[in-house]
Amino acid sequence: MTAIVNVSLKAGVLDSQGKAVHHALDSLHFKGVSDVRVGKQIVLQLTETDKEKAMAEVTKMCEDILANTVIEDYKIELI
Amino acid sequence: MKVTILQFPGTNCEYDTQHAFEQLGATTEIVWHKEQTLPADTNLLVVAGGFSYGDYLRSGAIAQFSPVMKAVTEYANKGGKVLGICNGFQVLTEAGLLPGALKRNDGLHFISKHHTLKVENNDNIFLEKLNNGDIVNIPIAHHDGNYFIDEAGLADLEKNDQILLRYTDKEGNIQNPNGSVSSIAGICNKEKNIFGLMPHPERAMESILGSDDGVKMLEGFLAS
Repeated sequence: MTAIVNVSLKAGVLDSQGKAVHHALDSLHFKGVSDVRVGKQIVLQLTETDKEKAMAEVTKMCEDILANTVIEDYKIELI
Repeated sequence: MKVTILQFPGTNCEYDTQHAFEQLGATTEIVWHKEQTLPADTNLLVVAGGFSYGDYLRSGAIAQFSPVMKAVTEYANKGGKVLGICNGFQVLTEAGLLPGALKRNDGLHFISKHHTLKVENNDNIFLEKLNNGDIVNIPIAHHDGNYFIDEAGLADLEKNDQILLRYTDKEGNIQNPNGSVSSIAGICNKEKNIFGLMPHPERAMESILGSDDGVKMLEGFLAS
């Protein structure tokens, strides 16, 4: 099973990289963008085959190390 | 006085830190991160600056799980004195020993220059040799020095006199190089035995090299 973890700064925490990318898009005349957030994606190949157990395990990974929950949110997708 | 300095893969300020404390008369020992115990005679533990684990994932994120960190947490919880400089500050926040987190600098650039800081609270061993309102000149060298804490956390820091240093100009007016909340450059925990700052006092030990304002900071630890 593959777990895709997307980590990004929480709403309310200023995302300087997102802001810089937004500014660059604006200067390239892409005017239809109201906000940009830059995050990172971590792809895990899991040996676990049970979806529920895998979700619990990856959630713990996110809480323990993959995200810093002081400033970051995470989303997990299992495929 | 025994100063123990941690060394992770990627740490690069351990020898500067050693030199600075030895210059002040302390004995020092550099301890590799795979060790499970700290020297029993440790009076001060320093998590030195650098790029532990190449700053992979987040600055300090992987170092927090090194074997030695269990001993560090035990030492700190027993009231042992801990100082985290730059990457060491990042490691201590990641490990939950200090509140908040360090984000990418607002301007996205690595900043390496001397900066003036204002002493906000000297009611602690780190800054007791300085006066509140003193301006010190200490180098900064970081990419992820943008201190973040939520509003409730900031109010707690204020209330408990945990904000030690702020980035200012030479007159003490706020001048924020990296976007840190409330221009914070250094904090301590509530119990005032764990200290973290992004600037490098160990690089400000000789006036001929630009500043010796770090001497009074580090001396505070040796006096107590």
